[in-house]
Amino acid sequence: MEEKTPKLSMRGITKRFGTKVVANDNVSLDVYAGEILALLGENGSGKTTLMNILAGIYYPDDGEILINGTPVTIASPREAFEHHIGMIHQHFKLVDVLTAAENIVLGMNEEGKLDMKAASAKIKQICDAYGFEVNPAQKIYEMSVSEKQTVEIVKVLYRGADLLILDEPTAVLTPQESEKLFAVLRNMRDDGKSIIIITHKMNEVLSVSDRVAILRSGAYICDRITSETNAQELTDLMVGHKVSLNIKRPEPKDPIERIRVKGLTVKNIEGINKLTDVSFTARSGEILGIAGIAGSGQKELLEGIAGLQPIESGTIEYVHHDGTTENLIGKDPLEIAALGVSLSFVPEDRLGMGLVANMDLADNMMLRSYRSGHSVFTNRKNPEHLAREVIKNLEVNTPGVHAMVRKLSGGNVQKVLVGREIASSPTVLLTAYAVRGLDINSSYTIYDLINQQKERGVAVIYVGEDLDVLVELCDRILVLCDGHVSGILDGRTCDKQTIGMMMTHIGEPTEEANDEQ
Amino acid sequence: MNSKTPLIHITKRSDIPVGRAILIRVIAIAAALLLCGFLTTLLTGLNPIEVYASMIRGSFGTSRKLWNLLQNMAMLLCVALALAPAFRMRFWNLGGDGQALMGCLAASACMILIGDKVSNTALIIIESVAALAAGAIWALIPAIFKAKWNTNETLFTLMMNYVATQIVAFFIIIWESPKGSGNIGVINQHTEAGWFPSIGSNKYLLNVLIVIALTLIIFFYMRYTKHGYEISVVGESERTARYIGIKVHKVIIRTMLLSGAICGLAGLLLGPGTNHTLATGIIDGRGFTAVMVAWLAKFDPLVMIITSFLLVFLQRGSNEIATAFMLNKSFGDILTGIILFFIIGSDFFINYQLHFRKSGRKEAK
Repeated sequence: MEEKTPKLSMRGITKRFGTKVVANDNVSLDVYAGEILALLGENGSGKTTLMNILAGIYYPDDGEILINGTPVTIASPREAFEHHIGMIHQHFKLVDVLTAAENIVLGMNEEGKLDMKAASAKIKQICDAYGFEVNPAQKIYEMSVSEKQTVEIVKVLYRGADLLILDEPTAVLTPQESEKLFAVLRNMRDDGKSIIIITHKMNEVLSVSDRVAILRSGAYICDRITSETNAQELTDLMVGHKVSLNIKRPEPKDPIERIRVKGLTVKNIEGINKLTDVSFTARSGEILGIAGIAGSGQKELLEGIAGLQPIESGTIEYVHHDGTTENLIGKDPLEIAALGVSLSFVPEDRLGMGLVANMDLADNMMLRSYRSGHSVFTNRKNPEHLAREVIKNLEVNTPGVHAMVRKLSGGNVQKVLVGREIASSPTVLLTAYAVRGLDINSSYTIYDLINQQKERGVAVIYVGEDLDVLVELCDRILVLCDGHVSGILDGRTCDKQTIGMMMTHIGEPTEEANDEQ
Repeated sequence: MNSKTPLIHITKRSDIPVGRAILIRVIAIAAALLLCGFLTTLLTGLNPIEVYASMIRGSFGTSRKLWNLLQNMAMLLCVALALAPAFRMRFWNLGGDGQALMGCLAASACMILIGDKVSNTALIIIESVAALAAGAIWALIPAIFKAKWNTNETLFTLMMNYVATQIVAFFIIIWESPKGSGNIGVINQHTEAGWFPSIGSNKYLLNVLIVIALTLIIFFYMRYTKHGYEISVVGESERTARYIGIKVHKVIIRTMLLSGAICGLAGLLLGPGTNHTLATGIIDGRGFTAVMVAWLAKFDPLVMIITSFLLVFLQRGSNEIATAFMLNKSFGDILTGIILFFIIGSDFFINYQLHFRKSGRKEAK
């Protein structure tokens, strides 16, 4: 590879935000034609910033970009396209009411009259070349997440991109969809295109990339040929010190039943069942994993228990330490707390539900506690104290307790949320996608925190998407398939393939479903 | 080598020292005054310094003018204080005019109907309660619809203004004096029943003191009380509010009752407190001007003192130059517009930073 001129070179790229934050510090990076480069780094290490510079969204404070050895300026996304660079962002930028084809040609300003037929034909040609499946006439709002992503990719290819940047493309995909995406990426690489992929999932890095470049705290550390490295080395390089990649799973200590769900049925606003006749129990000192394809009713299940979701039928019982039970159905979060049920909930939507993005850390800590006391005034002393504790104990990277939560990186946001939720010494902890978008180091911090709660005797319900983690972390795994319980497996003996099968087929026979009373 | 570097590129500032932000504002105002001066000379041939001096005289020239300024500031600020909690909750209450007008109507009704039946102290208490309640009810109606059926509060509160104007017009015909004149005239002119007392000989001082106290109350309410905190949470994210068990509809209704009651207070201060009459135009569009006062101050009650001063000062100044130099009234509005444009536009320079191409250094490389 040494003799080739890189297709793209970044030389000494520096980007600062304000006076204090250096997002990229003198980064130099090469990308060659016909390779898939994985960009690896912790949250806040500057990966997305660096890619946004290539895509013309940010302009670097210093440094230069060369394409095929010629220096270029990329001052806007349009100029990025002129240099055949296309980026697929984490959050899709599509117009919902338009069709796939309309979205793809949008903003092209081609000469002459808009010819949708020709456009559709060209789209078809791109799809056939690389193995995409897109219906050009389908509206975006009718599409699944993975279809939308495909439209985004076709959109940049349509504009002639031969360097594609994908920012965490698999965060929203099922394992099967990810595999399909990787197949397409490999096709494009074999066609001579360059691909930069940002991902936190180490197994994906190892399976799809040819080369890995590592960033740490905004600086370029090194690169490795994928076939000559392993997950442990990459993780150590990324974090900067040795980390253990094993998730602990302590034996549950005298588990007793804490939450009993029977025949739970939930409908959405359109009257379609999101959960159908769901029954299970969650025990103290145990982690119950929930597996399932995104949108199989995980959200409704957790929000139902937390008192945020109207229930069609069924019961949710909470069992106190003395054996008495409370029915949680029809009660809002305040009424549930008033029963002496200490229930903590880490929702999927951290900044839209769990936290207030435009408030500082202390005020976010206060969300749970501001009602305490009879004074009409708020007490800000205790929340500030709690914020300091969380920052210290969970190693939150923040300028201080009065920093706005929206300015923190994803991992730190999650630490703040989890820190607040476990501070109230819950007996039940509900978590939804607790490590989504988090880097390895932050993810392991979260696993440790969840395990600590388990050892304290908390009944933990862990909704996850990474099956590798579920089978390593959870004591039992409930598999949801389209709102039905497909089965409940023992986490110590089940394997990924079985879970994957049960996620798509209801009622897969299994000898391990031994926990239901 | 980097000759293609864009001449200017823009980045968002992460933070800016307070002094720097104030400096940017001052520069913006200076630039606005410079441009206004230039335009004045160009269009009217007048000396801009004299025009500015006349603007300042319009507000500070005599003690009567100064008190007029303070009274107008107080009334505008009072409505803006009513809007601030609702706006913080992202409830766009554009019905300040109607809510204040209903307050004024209720107070006037008390003065007319029971003015000679109860003692003056009792009348003042009754009319005050009636005014606050009427304003609150006028705000409650759209609040209930918003809380229960998520109707659009902007349109709803706006339309309530016109309903209020029509109701007041109806009662003016009933109570008009003398008959056929189409207006009410001074209510209880001889008995002065229900009129707010003057402190010393100053008829505006009481109003100003009430609004100063109200400013402090709203400031503490929004910043340090549990209610204020709930308002902020609901405004930022209703889903978060529900997640922590805040009853969102309760907060909406409670906050709008407060907002409407304070508008009612503004109507009370304008009617029995100042003009002792009722007219459809008595609020004089303050419900809308106050929207600007509140937004310019980012809903901070203390900063609203400055923004209400600014708007009243500009308004009075442009009236003054219109009369003093026999200019068209629109000329003052043009100057006001330019100054506001610069002040609002300076926000850009506070939030963003411009980088110019570094010349020389790069090429030498």
